[in-house]
Amino acid sequence: MKGFIFKEFLHIFRDRRTMLILFGMPIVQVLLFGFAITNEINNARIAVLDEAKDEMSRVITDKMTSSGYFELATVLQSRDEIESAFKKGQVKMVVVFEPDFSSRFVKEGQAAVQLIADASDPNTAGLLTNYASAIIRDFAMNLQDQQKPPIQLRTETTMLYNPELKGVFMFVPGTITILLMLISAMMTSISIAREKELGTMEVLLVSPLKPWQIISGKVVPYIMLSFINALVILILSYTVFGMPMRGSLILLLLESILFIVMALSMGIFISTVSKTQQQAMLLSMFVLMLPTILLSGFIFPIANMPLPLQWLSHIMPSKWFIIIIKQIMLKGLGIAYFWKETLILAGMTLLFVGMSVKKFNIRLA
Amino acid sequence: MKPVIEVHNMVKKFGDFVANDNLTFSVNQGEIFGFLGANGAGKTTAMKILCGLSKPSSGVIKVAGFDVYKQTEQIKRNIGYMSQRFSLYNDLTVRENFRFYGGIYGLSGRQIKDQTDKLLSRLGIIQSADKVLRDIPLGWKQKLAFSVAVMHKPTIVFLDEPTGGVDPVTRRQFWELIYESANEGITVFVTTHYMDEAEYCERVSIMVDGRIEALDSPDQLKKTYKSASMNEVFLKLARAPKVVI
Amino acid sequence: MHEIAVDIKNIRKSYSGTRVLNNISLQIFQGELFGFIGPDGAGKTSLFHILTSLLLPDNGSAVVAGYDTVKDYAQIRRIVGYMPGKFSLYQDLTVEENLKFFAGIFKTTIHENYALYKDIYGQIEPFRKRKAGQLSGGMKQKLALSCALVHKPQLLFLDEPTTGVDAVSRTEFWEMLKKLRDQGITIIVSTPYMDEAALCDRVALMDRGQLMAVDAPANIIRAFGQPLFAVKSDKMFPLPQALAVIEQTKTVYRSGEFVHYLNNQADFDPARIEDQLLKLGHAGITIRRIEPTIEDCFMLLMQNPLEVETN
Repeated sequence: MKGFIFKEFLHIFRDRRTMLILFGMPIVQVLLFGFAITNEINNARIAVLDEAKDEMSRVITDKMTSSGYFELATVLQSRDEIESAFKKGQVKMVVVFEPDFSSRFVKEGQAAVQLIADASDPNTAGLLTNYASAIIRDFAMNLQDQQKPPIQLRTETTMLYNPELKGVFMFVPGTITILLMLISAMMTSISIAREKELGTMEVLLVSPLKPWQIISGKVVPYIMLSFINALVILILSYTVFGMPMRGSLILLLLESILFIVMALSMGIFISTVSKTQQQAMLLSMFVLMLPTILLSGFIFPIANMPLPLQWLSHIMPSKWFIIIIKQIMLKGLGIAYFWKETLILAGMTLLFVGMSVKKFNIRLA
Repeated sequence: MKPVIEVHNMVKKFGDFVANDNLTFSVNQGEIFGFLGANGAGKTTAMKILCGLSKPSSGVIKVAGFDVYKQTEQIKRNIGYMSQRFSLYNDLTVRENFRFYGGIYGLSGRQIKDQTDKLLSRLGIIQSADKVLRDIPLGWKQKLAFSVAVMHKPTIVFLDEPTGGVDPVTRRQFWELIYESANEGITVFVTTHYMDEAEYCERVSIMVDGRIEALDSPDQLKKTYKSASMNEVFLKLARAPKVVI
Repeated sequence: MHEIAVDIKNIRKSYSGTRVLNNISLQIFQGELFGFIGPDGAGKTSLFHILTSLLLPDNGSAVVAGYDTVKDYAQIRRIVGYMPGKFSLYQDLTVEENLKFFAGIFKTTIHENYALYKDIYGQIEPFRKRKAGQLSGGMKQKLALSCALVHKPQLLFLDEPTTGVDAVSRTEFWEMLKKLRDQGITIIVSTPYMDEAALCDRVALMDRGQLMAVDAPANIIRAFGQPLFAVKSDKMFPLPQALAVIEQTKTVYRSGEFVHYLNNQADFDPARIEDQLLKLGHAGITIRRIEPTIEDCFMLLMQNPLEVETN
């Protein structure tokens, strides 16, 4: 067994291309996703619907446009035009001042600005509204120094098209999931298929090794590598992108191992039904990768999917894992809140391990 | 006799390793030329150059009158190639395979049909023309592959271990095909590990460690090396080669 | 002395309707160097897969070293060494790493049985740090054989170890096999090269899933039972056609520098060959009665499969 695992490591380390995929890809992916999303915003085109048309609304508008973040693209005349401005793709955000903006502000010490953003690009939308709110808050603070009764300038944010703003911090859970899936499942399935292609599987079979020994010899190195990968991604997203880590790190790592083992057992199952490396690769792509990307909620919110696809997404292990990561990292929750998801993953793991040990032929087909 | 392959001082190096060390030989039209050598002696390298698939490091080489440095396209059009690994398409019928390869070499529909009929009746399996190749016995496939390789009437046909693993009867039928093609003027350049097949060649070259150690008719070689068979000649020449990697 | 190492009884195997093994029965004795001789498609590899417990027969049974290949596969896998058709080595591992790995999976070390394969491994030992993928064909073959011997198997199955290997390496390989046989290992080898049959203690001639003959090479040659003539002239190309028209001709075929000729008549007079050739203008005629080779026997058996079964 030890020799087997050692040999497997040698295979991995000898093959530069595999090494590159194993360790280069996670880094590139995380950086790519990260920077594509957290890019600084410059001159984002916005529209203003100024129903107040007074001094104060003009000052705020000026402040926003002079900040360098925003560029005033159009001035809207009525609320009916908001929708069409978004649809034409002219603007990313609309700022609405209520009709009696300054009078309410002066008299009641309280006024509202409405920020409407195009949340079909949730990350940009989030940033834009954050920046705009900050500018408005800043303006209110300056006023506060001059006026005695404390005033409140309320910003009211509306996200169009993707109201819950899913996806802002989705990229880290999504990338971890995809990468673990890819490395664990694809690499194991290919490495077993390669032995079949080379004919070495025949020799392994005609040896006292038992199926579970061959399988675990294949699996152990990849568990370790995938685990290291998961750590790299987490460290990167924490340090470079400021992804919060509100829950227990240990719990997160344990859940990651569970998911890795699940992905590995899927990989082995794939390899038991494919004869060549190419077949294993294609099967992994179509059976694992695409559904993981498309159906796990990583890119397309599950709630917006047609019902049959929503059902289908329930059997995607990655969907459950993404939920778990989010619960731990973003919300800081404990196992009590996602024991169900964990159980589902554990169940899937058992199913695939059982299926592959059963399918793994002690003879040639 | 007109030489169709002329090789002068051919050298092929891979880094420091000399795969072909100053080869010089020629092959005449209609000749059956056996190209023998141990594994790793440099046969495959030389054959690739002659087929226009790889460029030599130096030397003057002409195949079918064309230069291997510049006129590889013309060379490819004037040669046929068949190896043990090269197989026809298993999911096409015999006739479809012929049509496909005929098309590659730019034969017209008429020519393809005529050649297919002629070659298949020579093999005596015209009745199986529309069978899917998968259902054709192994030995026949080898003979079909040869027929496909000479369908466009090439000047030279290169055969790379064409009879590996083939039963003795089919092997001989295969060689009868080779003889017939040579009789029609096609030059046959063949490699084999069967030493009895070396006897069927008009001239044989034996490569050892990248060089041609011997080149002559089988009878003459046996006389020169005082051997009873080509197998003995081969063993005497190729035995205990210097270790070359 | 003749203890049975392998007992094959009525084995049949078909793949999607095609019969690849047709009622094979034979016995291999302990300490024998036994050869399965036949071209591609004879069924050699399938039979090896069945004997090494990798494949289940449709019908019949095989007992290897006293163990049933179906029921006792675990025991069989402990005591046999197997070298499949392609040299199944890890190309990206070095020579030494390959050997160590195979020692590991058989729970032994390189040193434990080193004496057994020292002669073979010694030849490639200078290159032990080289990746297996960079070895020449002959060296790969030696490494694969070393790996198959690392656990000192009782039986060694070698599936076409010499295919595609040049004549020199083949000769050396057979010398190694003889030495191993002398150390008491039963060796079962398959090959498409008919000339290698003479190097085995006993052989089985196989073609298209059929067993045509099982015996010592000398006995098979003795059983040929009819005069065989080797003919040569100055016109070798038309020679077979020239001889084919002689009355009662059984077969004519090329064989090396000669054409071999068989006639149906037991008392055939070779002078008739000379007459025929002179008539057709041949010169430099040589006619010799010769001892058939295994290849001649194989071809005769291929022609008359029924005759053999009644033998």
